[in-house]
Amino acid sequence: MSYLTITDLQKHYENYHALRGINLSISEGEFVVFVGPSGCGKSTLLRTIAGLESSTGGSIELDGRDITEVASSKRDLAMVFQSYALYPHMTVADNLSFALRLAKVSDAEIKEKVRSVSASLQLDALLERKPKELSGGQRQRVAIGRAIVRQPKVFLFDEPLSNLDAALRVQMRLELARLHKKLGTTMIYVTHDQVEAMTLADRVVILNAGQIEQVGTPLELYRQPNSRFVAEFIGTPKMNLIPANRILRNEDTLSIDIFGQQISFPANRLKGPLPDSVVIGIRPEHMSLVETDGDLTGRIELVEHLGSEAYAHLQLSSDQTIIIKAPARTELKDGQEVCIKIDTSELILFNENDRVISVIPEEA
Amino acid sequence: MKRSITRLLMAPSVIMLLVWMIIPLSMTIYFSTIRYNLLYPGQNNFVGLMNFEFFITDPGFVPAVSNTLILLLSVLIITVVLGVMLSALIDKPFFGQGIVRVLLISPFFIMPTVNALIWKNMMMNPVYGIFAWISESLGFEPIDWLSSYPLVSVIIMVSWQWLPFAILVFVTALQSQDTEQKEAAQMDGATGWHIFRYLTIPHLARPIAVVVMIETIFLLAVFAEIFVSTGGGPGYDSTNLAYLIYNQALLQYDVGVASAGGLFAVLLANIVAIFLIRAVGKNLTV
Repeated sequence: MSYLTITDLQKHYENYHALRGINLSISEGEFVVFVGPSGCGKSTLLRTIAGLESSTGGSIELDGRDITEVASSKRDLAMVFQSYALYPHMTVADNLSFALRLAKVSDAEIKEKVRSVSASLQLDALLERKPKELSGGQRQRVAIGRAIVRQPKVFLFDEPLSNLDAALRVQMRLELARLHKKLGTTMIYVTHDQVEAMTLADRVVILNAGQIEQVGTPLELYRQPNSRFVAEFIGTPKMNLIPANRILRNEDTLSIDIFGQQISFPANRLKGPLPDSVVIGIRPEHMSLVETDGDLTGRIELVEHLGSEAYAHLQLSSDQTIIIKAPARTELKDGQEVCIKIDTSELILFNENDRVISVIPEEA
Repeated sequence: MKRSITRLLMAPSVIMLLVWMIIPLSMTIYFSTIRYNLLYPGQNNFVGLMNFEFFITDPGFVPAVSNTLILLLSVLIITVVLGVMLSALIDKPFFGQGIVRVLLISPFFIMPTVNALIWKNMMMNPVYGIFAWISESLGFEPIDWLSSYPLVSVIIMVSWQWLPFAILVFVTALQSQDTEQKEAAQMDGATGWHIFRYLTIPHLARPIAVVVMIETIFLLAVFAEIFVSTGGGPGYDSTNLAYLIYNQALLQYDVGVASAGGLFAVLLANIVAIFLIRAVGKNLTV
C-alpha cells in the first residue's frame, strides 16, 4: 500500500523544465534517498513535496489525502535543511518547541516532548544555548530534533550532512540510520553523495535531468543498473566502460572484440536484439591481475595504495585506461605488462543508446 | 619597542581628534562661567554658575526640555514602527518595486530647510495647503497646523525626513534574512504573521538599535525645521533645547547663557544615552 504517491509531477520554471513527469510511490516507514548529479532536480522534487515550491502539473498524495495544493504548514511534513535553518535568537529548547507552541499544545506536553527528544539526541545539556554557541554536529542534531518533536508523517532531509566534516558525517549517518530504525517513520533524503545513498536507503531513486533514471535497493542499482548513467553514477571508483566494435555470435556464446583481444559472453544473458557495437561495463573488483591466461593485457600506469586495498590504473592497447582492484600488498610496478582476467558473469553490456542489454545471472 | 612605534605613529591623528574635541568644549565651559553679552562688550568678569541659573530659570527652559524629549520619542516611534512595516511590505518582489523604493527613500535627500518649507507652504498652509484643501472638500474647517498644533507639525516634518533612513536600513537588513529559516518556520506551521513576529522582528533588533542610536544623535539637535516653520512658537510651544540656545545666543546676544545651555544639552544627551541607548544597545552585543 502506497503511503506517498507522486503522479506525473511537473515543475516548469520560466525557461527551465526542472521536473519532467515524476512518478513514484513510497510505502510507510521506508527510507528513500533521492540521488543524482547537481541540477538533476532532486532538491526541487523534495521542495515540491514539502510545498515550498508549487508544482505545475501532476499530483502528490499523502496517506490518502491529495496535498498537491495544500500549504506546506498543513502537510504534516517536517524538513531538515542543509543550513539547519535554526532560529538564531531562540534557545535550543525554544527551537525544538516552536512548532508545538504554534500549534497551541499544552505547556506540560511541550515540556515532556522536548525532554524526551533532547534526551534521545543528547541535547539535554544544551537546551539553554543559542544556535551560534553550538558546534556543527550539535546544530545538526537540534535541526533533526526540531523535526522529530512534531511527529510528522514524513521526514524530509535536504543534504543534511554536507556541511559537516568527514568524520562527523560518518557518525551522523549512523545516527540517522539508527533513528530511522527506532522511529520507523517514512523518510525522504536528498544527497549528491552516493555513499550516503547506498548506506542509508531502503530504496534509492536516481534522478537525471528532471526524470527518474532508476529506482531500486542500493544493491539492485549496483548490480543491475538500467542504463550507463546509473552504472557510472553508483560505485567508487567508477565502473570501467570499454567500447567494443565487432561482436561475433557463435551458438550460445558471443565473442566480443576489445582492441583485437576476444572475450566471450554467454548469449542467453542477452536481452533484445544484438546491436553492431556495444560498450562493456565491468567494475574494478570484477577483474583480477593474473600471471598468464588472461582475457586482456595491459600496462600498469599507476598504483593507488589505500591500505586495505589498492587500485591499479592500467592502459590497454589503445588509449583506453581501466581501473582494477588489487590486493593491498601488491608488488605491482609502474610500467609492468600484466594479464587481466575478467569475471564475465559480472559483465554488463550497453547498446549505443546507453541502455543495458544484458542480464546479471542469479547468484548460485 | 614595537608598541611605542605604534603609539608614535598613531599619535598625530589621536592628538588631532583630541584637540578637535577639547578646544570647543573648554571654550564653551569657559564662556559659561563668565559674563559674555554681545551688547556689553568688555565686561567679561567671572560670574560662577549664574549663567546656568539664568538658563534653568528661563520660562522657556521647561517647555524646551519636554519638547525636545517629546519630539525625540515621537519621531523615533513613528520612524521605527512605520519603517519596519513599510520595509516588510516592500521586501517581497512586486511590479514597480524599484520605483517605489526610490520614492520611499527620496525624502532623505531633501535638506531640512527645504523640507520644512514644503510642509509649511504646500501641505499645512491653512489657505492653499493640501491638508486644508482635503478638509475643505470634505466639508470641515481647514486647520492652521503650524499655529494650532505646532509641535505635532514639527514631528510630522521630522518624521517624514527620517523615515527613509529607517526604511533604507531595514530593507537592507531584511535582504540578509535567511530564506531557509523562513521556510523552516513555514514547515513548522507558522503563518506570515508568525514569521514576521518570531523571525523578522528579532532579526531586525540590531538594525532597530542602530536606527534609534543614529536618529537620537540628530533628533536631539533638530533646528532647521523649527527655525523655518514655527520659529519656536507660538510662545514656547515648539521650542526645543537647540532652538532655545540659539534664541539666547543670537536673539538675546547672551553667549554666556547660551554656553551654559549648550553644556546642559550635553548633559541631557548623556542622560538620554544612558536610558535609551543602553535599553536598545544590548542588542548590539549579541
